Amino acid sequence: MSVLSNALLIDPETGTETRGSLRIEDGRIAEILPADADGIDCGGKCLAPGIIDIGVKIGEPGERHKESFRTAGLAAAAGGVTTMVTRPDTTPAIDTPEILDFFIRRAREISPVNVLPMAALTKCRNGVEMAEIGFLQDTGAVAFTDADRPVANPKILQRILTYANASGALVMAHVQQPDMSKDAVITSGPFATKLGLPAVSPMAERMQLERDMALVEMTGAKYHADQITCRAALPVLEQAKAKGLNVTAGVSIHHLTLNEFDIEDYRTFFKVKPPLRAENDRIAVVEAVASGLIDIVSSMHTPQDEESKRLPFEEAASGAVGLQTMLPALMQLVHGGYMSLPTLWRAISLNPAKLLGLEAGRLVVGAPADLVLFDMDAPFIMDRFKLLSKSKNTPFDGRRMQGRVLRTFVAGEQVYER
Amino acid sequence: MFPHRHLLGIEQLSQTDIVTILDLAEKYASLNRQQHKHLDVLSGLTQINMFFENSTRTQTSFEIAGKRLGADVMNMAMQASSIKKGETLIDTALTLNAMHPDLLVVRHPHSGAVQLLAEKVNCAVLNAGDGRHEHPTQALLDALTIRRSKGRLHRLTIAICGDIAHSRVARSNMFLLGKMENRVRLVGPKTLMPSGVDKLGVEVTDNMTEGLEGADVVMMLRLQKERMDGGFIPSEREYYHRWGLDAAKLSKAKPDAIVMHPGPMNRGVEIDGTLADDINRSVIQEQVEMGVAVRMAVMDLLARNLQGGAA
Repeated sequence: MSVLSNALLIDPETGTETRGSLRIEDGRIAEILPADADGIDCGGKCLAPGIIDIGVKIGEPGERHKESFRTAGLAAAAGGVTTMVTRPDTTPAIDTPEILDFFIRRAREISPVNVLPMAALTKCRNGVEMAEIGFLQDTGAVAFTDADRPVANPKILQRILTYANASGALVMAHVQQPDMSKDAVITSGPFATKLGLPAVSPMAERMQLERDMALVEMTGAKYHADQITCRAALPVLEQAKAKGLNVTAGVSIHHLTLNEFDIEDYRTFFKVKPPLRAENDRIAVVEAVASGLIDIVSSMHTPQDEESKRLPFEEAASGAVGLQTMLPALMQLVHGGYMSLPTLWRAISLNPAKLLGLEAGRLVVGAPADLVLFDMDAPFIMDRFKLLSKSKNTPFDGRRMQGRVLRTFVAGEQVYER
Repeated sequence: MFPHRHLLGIEQLSQTDIVTILDLAEKYASLNRQQHKHLDVLSGLTQINMFFENSTRTQTSFEIAGKRLGADVMNMAMQASSIKKGETLIDTALTLNAMHPDLLVVRHPHSGAVQLLAEKVNCAVLNAGDGRHEHPTQALLDALTIRRSKGRLHRLTIAICGDIAHSRVARSNMFLLGKMENRVRLVGPKTLMPSGVDKLGVEVTDNMTEGLEGADVVMMLRLQKERMDGGFIPSEREYYHRWGLDAAKLSKAKPDAIVMHPGPMNRGVEIDGTLADDINRSVIQEQVEMGVAVRMAVMDLLARNLQGGAA
């Protein structure tokens, strides 16, 4: 394979959608050609840089019954995700260079797509003692995070951010005030009151972001807020960026496409962290992605087996799989007129690449040929049992969706074809 | 006649359903006052009471109700059983289901758990309280008590007072009394008021005098011991001073207003002891009595809809 012809090229860097073809050589984009070039006919479908998904949970080590490198890799390839940036909230946590080394070797051996690991920020993600940031960087960690556990003590986080900054390390934080969020499984409001579930105000997110922004201002650290999901937190982010702090923010596909009412009668597949928000919050974060205030959209892929979800809502595990549902879920925002394809691709490919200093995420000569070919219109009904992830916990089961991945390429090699 | 397989909450019931239950319960209330109070309408049926959370009163009430109608009643103390061995709720349900019960009465500390269980079994499930969600038979027995005392169950002003946030009784009552077109006021400290509850068709105030003004019914809620010390309210005595029901506060309500409490009471915390015992105002004992009658009615109605029955 050397030329992909007759495609609609989606370039997030220039913000353009143009007809054309790509010539690929040695795993990179070698030339951009007119649409009528000879090669594999893409039938006028969309060809874009592959998705770079920040925050993927893989069940290795410790929870291979929920997801393995093989199944996550297959799901990623089928979902157009060419780079998984993985979370360290495994069992045990990825908090030493030895565990990280094991993780990287497993990934290299098995995964058909790129894997870039994040490592724990603190030992055992305990929020107290910092992990060996330097050694972990040397081993290959691209960022540091305690996943869904925020460092509660600001003094400790101040030191960690100072140390991380001196090491040039990126820190990703979960921005939910932990005391406020303790035991809460739903966003507070009339709906939560009706269901009688322990609830948390979205203000808990703003509070934590405000605290973290003060610490970032003190330390100068490079900081990424994993998920901004409510209107109240947006002005804080805006101010931090206006001040020139080294801050970016993400949001999950679920918070962009679902709201609290989707929980209906205690449907545990809709239990995620932070909990789904009110509709006006959802709209606000969709608009923030469109405007670029929120930089990155990720799937927050969190595999959970049937047993951990077949429980009363309060006891059930949090999280949803997303590698394979990401693209069709987000197409809803494009078809709904909230954003263009290049704008969306800025959030799922270009910005993650920039944040991690990768060359991918662009359709330029010399960039890695990590690509996804997809039909943005193809309709289908989501059947969770057809997902390639070992766990099938998607809230989109049974939903009418649009957008199908046709082919996925990693470094010019085809890793998926529908 | 009664188009439900289970009784999971008040939310699913219509006005007609509620009246149907109360009318039948009224008959059972008369039966219960006779010396011979045994019928055979549930004869041959097996009723299992599964209480994942302790409750002597409710469990006893359900047990008596079942026995008076001739059912074979089993009590399972779930806290002491398989749940401790790590069995999941659904497995417990399936195990029980295999023993072919006809009526399952379930109380569970988590909201929505009873519904989850109901989805997995073939028999009729009665919610005897799930988390902070619903306690439908309590609301029904309260409604029956109100109707008997006031002669009607509409266009009344009803004040529900105390710890609304943690109360499934408050939620079920709110839904039921709202459906029957009453004016419902929630009264209690703001720290014990669930967020956004004012958007659910009720009036909300933290002032007892205001809240009780012109009320036909004053419904007090139990304040859990663990919420008394500093976390939600400063102290027991300050709570009693501001939100405890005494004669002075009650004087703001209508002269014939009745006083209710789902029990068990904390005398001197949420209600003055003398007031609770005042037979001219307090209907607390009648609530307990109606509890049995309402539970008999609900089980009777659900049994008629069981597979193979004349639904």
